[in-house]
Amino acid sequence: MPGGWPNLPEGSVTSLLEFFAMGGYAFYVWTSYALTAVLLVGIVGWSARQLKSTQQRTFRRARQPRGKS
Amino acid sequence: MFQWFHRFGSAPYLYRLAGRLAPWLGGLCLLSLVAGLYLGLVVAPADYEQGDSYRIIYIHVPAAWMSMFVYVVMATSSAVFLIWRLKMADVVALASAPIGAAFTAVALITGSFWGKPMWGTWWIWDARLTSELLLLFLYLGYLALRGALETPQSAARAAAILAVVGVVNIPIIHYSVEWWNTLHQPATITKLDKPSMHISMLRPLLLMVLAFQLLYFYNLMIRTRTLILEKEGRARWVAELAGGERD
Repeated sequence: MPGGWPNLPEGSVTSLLEFFAMGGYAFYVWTSYALTAVLLVGIVGWSARQLKSTQQRTFRRARQPRGKS
Repeated sequence: MFQWFHRFGSAPYLYRLAGRLAPWLGGLCLLSLVAGLYLGLVVAPADYEQGDSYRIIYIHVPAAWMSMFVYVVMATSSAVFLIWRLKMADVVALASAPIGAAFTAVALITGSFWGKPMWGTWWIWDARLTSELLLLFLYLGYLALRGALETPQSAARAAAILAVVGVVNIPIIHYSVEWWNTLHQPATITKLDKPSMHISMLRPLLLMVLAFQLLYFYNLMIRTRTLILEKEGRARWVAELAGGERD
């Protein structure tokens, strides 16, 4: 298998496919996990961006001389 | 007690503490998440009744648990804010609300995707599901109130009162499976003396609960820092902090 994975043991592609098939429940299991990831990664990323922009804005204003802001 | 209050009530102290804790909480969260997902999705065997569909439990139960945990934190800090006028308690409550709403949404969505193959329905108006949906509306109502009233002070007070009153919903959610007939199965892990799950399935579940718990505290630190800066933007300690920042 040129360029393939020569170290893969016998039958591991099948077991990988089995893993993704989730015993026939693939749609329900993977949709649940995907939507969970979207929501939780989403709120973490949103919070991080919010902190960054608030820091930039607040610190820039705080560095300006008094009365200018 | 009051010394403790004083320290945590101090905005610069809380801002620095949150900044110092956040990377540790985030790192530990990732570690337990990777371990929990690997053990839960790859190592743990399929259930003898539900097959592989039961693996939704590894996100559903932690999310449902966190939806209630975060609410109790929000209600407690709201009470502290109402009684002692501690502004930082209000900051913790407000920072928690969107995270709690996200966990509640995850619990409802994953429950739906588990209910369809197991019960044959996406949704049913039974006590457990309805009270959990009410929890989502409590979070959203809290956030809506913060923006709806004219002055931030009165909005904070009104929202805090809603959060405290809404806490009666928490025992209703918890005991709903015992008080009413329901499709929802009873608690899986609260009976630690006689667990109803094999250890190979229970271990990843506990790891995922830990991961979600750490995710909450990590996110809480970030959101608390943002709110403190927004509130205290003109304070002298912020100016000192800004002066120390190189740009």
